[in-house]
Amino acid sequence: MIGIGHYIVVSSILFVLGVLGIFLNRKNVIVILMAIELILLAVNLNLVAFSAFLHDLTGQIFAMFVLTVAAGEAAIGLAILVIYFRSRGTIAVDDVNRMKG
Amino acid sequence: MIQLLAFYLFAILTIASAVFVIMARNPVHSVLWLILAFFNAAGLMVLAGAEFIAMLLVIVYVGAVAVLFLFVVMMLDIDFAELRAGFVKNFPLGILIALVLASELIFGILAYNSGGFQLGTPDGSAAAMLGKSNIASIGALLYSKYLFLFESAGIILLVAMIGAIVLTHRTRKDSRSQKISRQVHRRPDEATRNERPEVGKGVKL
Repeated sequence: MIGIGHYIVVSSILFVLGVLGIFLNRKNVIVILMAIELILLAVNLNLVAFSAFLHDLTGQIFAMFVLTVAAGEAAIGLAILVIYFRSRGTIAVDDVNRMKG
Repeated sequence: MIQLLAFYLFAILTIASAVFVIMARNPVHSVLWLILAFFNAAGLMVLAGAEFIAMLLVIVYVGAVAVLFLFVVMMLDIDFAELRAGFVKNFPLGILIALVLASELIFGILAYNSGGFQLGTPDGSAAAMLGKSNIASIGALLYSKYLFLFESAGIILLVAMIGAIVLTHRTRKDSRSQKISRQVHRRPDEATRNERPEVGKGVKL
């Protein structure tokens, strides 16, 4: 029988894969953004699974808010990427040191 | 039985496509695998009885975010082979960190399975309504208890939209934009003129 444990295992694997994606593709901002989307998907899966487990809809509502923030983050991130590429001609993360932070 | 089959199908496909998202050589393929991952995660959410969030995931992610990613990947002229240079070098460290994180999470799950804490039970104020569909219950809760949070989510989307437009907007010199004040200031007597040409003679322009 499928229980909450199965869902937690799937979302943990998804989360770890997202973190691994950030480490493996350290130069490519686009893949890093996609890995962040995977992490947020894992979080959403967890929220929905616990919402079903506890018979409480709050988890699903907060999954919706996570979705909102993820959509905004993707839009702003890609906009920054586009203007960065326009001015520098590359998107390699290693070269992003203009602000000397 | 069929639920078991569906769960394992969706779970395995989600994880496999997540692996391909981070491993694919071409970011276009990564985006397409990401779409598959979101579809299968939506399937998992349908199995958990959250069909509204599942459909929202398909509409928002596959319909908007993935298409945005695809658009940006295809619009920018990037040498992706150069960006993959550190892949092999980063592989051992990345796998090590992933294993540490995974073992911590598995440790937590095992500890939970051997008897988790009793952190209290939900008070039932946000429980699904009896005899109503998932979307009706969510709507009732969203427009009463979480109304201000819902509106602030709308403000977040508005700010993100304005921010993305302001960031990427640029005025081009060769664009022919409308000059409204010039149009309004134009009078009929300076724009037209009355001529009465003789027969056989044209009008000088």
